[in-house]
Amino acid sequence: MNCGEAEVMLHALIDGELDAGHARDVEAHAATCPGCTEKLKAFRAMRTAMANANLKEAAPASLRARIEAALPSSSARVIPLSQLSRPTRRTFFGGFAVGTAASAALAASLLLTVFHNDQEQAIANDVVSAHIRSLQAGHLMDVVTSDQHTVKPWFDGKVDVAPPVIDLTALGFTLLGGRLDYIDGEPVASVVYQRRKHVINLFVAQRLGAEHATVTARTVQGYNVRHWTEQGLDFWAVSDLDPIELGEFVQKVSAALHPTGPS
Amino acid sequence: MLDRVQQITPTASWTTERYTMTGDARDEHDKARRFRDAALPYLDDVFTLARYLMRTAADADDAVQECYLRALRHFDGYRGPAMKPWLLAILRNVCNAEFARRGKQETPADQTEEEEIASPMWQEPQLSQETTLLRQQDGETIRRLVAGLPAPFREAIVLREMNDLSYSEIAEVAGVPVGTVMSRLARARSMLRSAWNAAEGAAL
Repeated sequence: MNCGEAEVMLHALIDGELDAGHARDVEAHAATCPGCTEKLKAFRAMRTAMANANLKEAAPASLRARIEAALPSSSARVIPLSQLSRPTRRTFFGGFAVGTAASAALAASLLLTVFHNDQEQAIANDVVSAHIRSLQAGHLMDVVTSDQHTVKPWFDGKVDVAPPVIDLTALGFTLLGGRLDYIDGEPVASVVYQRRKHVINLFVAQRLGAEHATVTARTVQGYNVRHWTEQGLDFWAVSDLDPIELGEFVQKVSAALHPTGPS
Repeated sequence: MLDRVQQITPTASWTTERYTMTGDARDEHDKARRFRDAALPYLDDVFTLARYLMRTAADADDAVQECYLRALRHFDGYRGPAMKPWLLAILRNVCNAEFARRGKQETPADQTEEEEIASPMWQEPQLSQETTLLRQQDGETIRRLVAGLPAPFREAIVLREMNDLSYSEIAEVAGVPVGTVMSRLARARSMLRSAWNAAEGAAL
């Protein structure tokens, strides 16, 4: 290999694009050529400096909002899509209150029920998205421990609720740990469980609005979702576990919240 | 009684229509949501490339938005490649179309011949111990130096260093063979190094 060839190849070496054979060739050439050694060193230093400078730009929030608003079906809907997909904290939780109050009043009940269901659906979608994101490598847990007394304090000061962390290992649901997640840009606690190979995310958020005590079941993108309200907290359980076992999980969590038995 | 029935009828049909519309809207919403889940995580990547391809922040914003709308239009037929290079390729097309529309006021990445840019400004650095050790430049300076590179080289270095694409992905995005990607990156880094050292000299 001569310097002309090495000139281009040493970049491929730096970028990790060479197979072992070619990498050896380039390194062998550089070892005997001070000029190429010097270049290799300088370009490596430059690459490191660029990596350290954190050059990837963050898209401004206004642009993100613009794109969300520009996605279709926003005009066809009663509420803007942007609001549906990224409800504000108020609509996130306030939706329940609006829906329930309106149903009770029986005024324009149909439209508002649809409205209400859409809100629920939008939150369910967000929760499933968060679940899917959590399954990507290295995203599942911030605190990895099967000790409930480690997980619970970990959430202190990170979210505005003290999520119940219940060890259900004896009942077949292994506590894996906890994670801070974001739904609608708001920090939400997720307690992570596992049943065989199936991960369960139990999202816990503060509830504002009317009691929503019955467990709602739905399926989003093949994931089973359960939502219920208890002790002033909203619980969202998401998993690819089959519906019956997820139902069992919900039952166990709920039972554990009422040590004296279900109310 | 009859009056009541007649009053109810239009309401009922309105209701049915409302349901249908909501159903359709929900399908659209589902698609938009799947698209969001797949494409929005790369918004920062798309924005970063746009900032280096377009000259102003407003143009970059517009290009990114157009990119996402185009991507959504083609999302039904999307079967790969990976989402990130797919989006970046669309963004690049959007930018080039915009340059074409403006009538070559600015030179898009495609249309600069590599031979043309061998301007004396960009001499290979002289070999010396001083130039070996690069001073850590701050992010803003590096951005300025990268922004000063001619289009095809700027694009290659951004796709590599900021967007973290592999050579074959860069080739896909830029629509050139991998060999061209390699030579462009080599050239881009040489130019950047000269500019880097010049900036360092100026700062000292």
